[in-house]
Amino acid sequence: MNKKKLYLYPLWLRIWHHVNAVLMIVLIFTGVSMQYSDPNYPLIRFDIAVDLHSTSGIFLTISYFIFLLGVLFSSIGRYYLVKTEGFFTAFARQLRYYLFGIFRGEKSPFKVTQERKFNPIQLISYNVIMHAITPFTFITGWALIFPETIVLNVYGYSGIMLTSLVHSIAGFLISIFLVIHLYVITIGPSPTANLKSMIHGYHEAIETEKTEEIEK
Amino acid sequence: MNKPSRIYCKACNRKILLLVILLISFSNAYNKDNPEDVLDPETQKCLDCHAGMRYTLTDPVTGDMASLKMYDELRIDPHLYVRAAHGGFACTDCHSLDYEIHPHPISVKFEFQYSCLDCHGGDEHFARFNFEKVEEEFNVSIHGNHYIENFSCWSCHNPHTYRLTVREGGRIVDIVAYNNSICLECHGDISHYAVLIERQLTNMLSKHEWLPNQSLHFRKVRCIDCHAAVHYDILVAHHVLPASEAVRNCVECHSTNSILMASLYKHKTVERRSRFGFFNSEITTDAYIIGANRNYYFNLASIVILGLVLLGIAIHATLRYIHYRQRK
Repeated sequence: MNKKKLYLYPLWLRIWHHVNAVLMIVLIFTGVSMQYSDPNYPLIRFDIAVDLHSTSGIFLTISYFIFLLGVLFSSIGRYYLVKTEGFFTAFARQLRYYLFGIFRGEKSPFKVTQERKFNPIQLISYNVIMHAITPFTFITGWALIFPETIVLNVYGYSGIMLTSLVHSIAGFLISIFLVIHLYVITIGPSPTANLKSMIHGYHEAIETEKTEEIEK
Repeated sequence: MNKPSRIYCKACNRKILLLVILLISFSNAYNKDNPEDVLDPETQKCLDCHAGMRYTLTDPVTGDMASLKMYDELRIDPHLYVRAAHGGFACTDCHSLDYEIHPHPISVKFEFQYSCLDCHGGDEHFARFNFEKVEEEFNVSIHGNHYIENFSCWSCHNPHTYRLTVREGGRIVDIVAYNNSICLECHGDISHYAVLIERQLTNMLSKHEWLPNQSLHFRKVRCIDCHAAVHYDILVAHHVLPASEAVRNCVECHSTNSILMASLYKHKTVERRSRFGFFNSEITTDAYIIGANRNYYFNLASIVILGLVLLGIAIHATLRYIHYRQRK
């Protein structure tokens, strides 16, 4: 059994990823602190939480558009393309692996290659998080920074309330994604292998078949 | 020739019918809005001069006439007056009968000025307003006569225009705008402020710079919600505090135990309380206050989902570890 390394995470992507992670964590903590604010048990002082949340949200928006440019105009874009043909079968195979095969020592049904970084479950979840939920979060977040842009009343409910609700739900889904993401990165050749990949840029894979050349 | 003419007439009749309907609707609307139809003749007589920008003064001895300016504070808007809480009264119900003499004699300047309790005190009909407690609260407030000599109920509650907005219900934003306009009458206008106190007028915007989303707060919350101490026996707080004692701690409003429920939303809160759905749901038709408007079901769902995810991860990780040890 050989260990092979693929250079999958260019420097700009790693910097973006870590900045994004820090911003997301700050946003989640400050968001939770505001939503569950209690005079007797303050997690973060309210006004500080508001400032931190708004500032991080602004930076997250900038960070998102940097990522989007990367997806649209660099080679990483190909990793996010979903091929509909046979997708559900592939998704089911990956799900079966996570639920059962992983415990039996089976190999992952989808090998990470220079052309395919994500397995079907990763592919769909990263696309949903990055191209649907994150934009929802920062669009509603900007609306809440400029509440005068929000429709006042929608069927008897405050437009601000509905916007906040969408914002909170989207934020909650990102938090759930983060928890699962932090766990899933421990699934690899070793529990810390994927974590290290995001530091040095090389993906470490257990190669049992033909060894491929390390490419940059 | 006849045919087109008949068609034209039909169309014309329809237009006339539509016009009549519109005229009736407008005339009804006009009658409702037109104060002359509601004001009693005596009040109307006073407003002949006091509603205008100018009035004509006649010297009773020489018969000379002069057109003079009606000063702001003596001018009464008939539209606002008929809608005001005291709009049903004739002028001389509260003012001296000497006002019926033209030109008004000097004695009117020394007329007795009623306070709220002169009419409302000890009257069971007004018990729900609790005017006695209102006066107690006013007396200990920063507006009380201990601090400002000429301040009275009328300084804020203009008897010719004041409406009971909170008790009337309606949209919170309208209640807030109306109530804040009363405060800003003095606190935003040196010409009114200086009449009451000789002091530099504070710039409201720079003084509230610390407040995030300042304009939103100004539109959604009344000044008194932060600047007056709540008393549970009265609907609207009258114990206005010194600026240094105003609410500055965000979580006093932005928490489930929001003080706004005892002030701005008190009139709605007393009507209904619910354990489920949105916390402080009365707010959600007009606004959304982070921290105060949590939703019971969303809270529950988020805790259950997060719990299930963590449980799933714990089980998965444990099984992975067990199988890893077995394979070794």
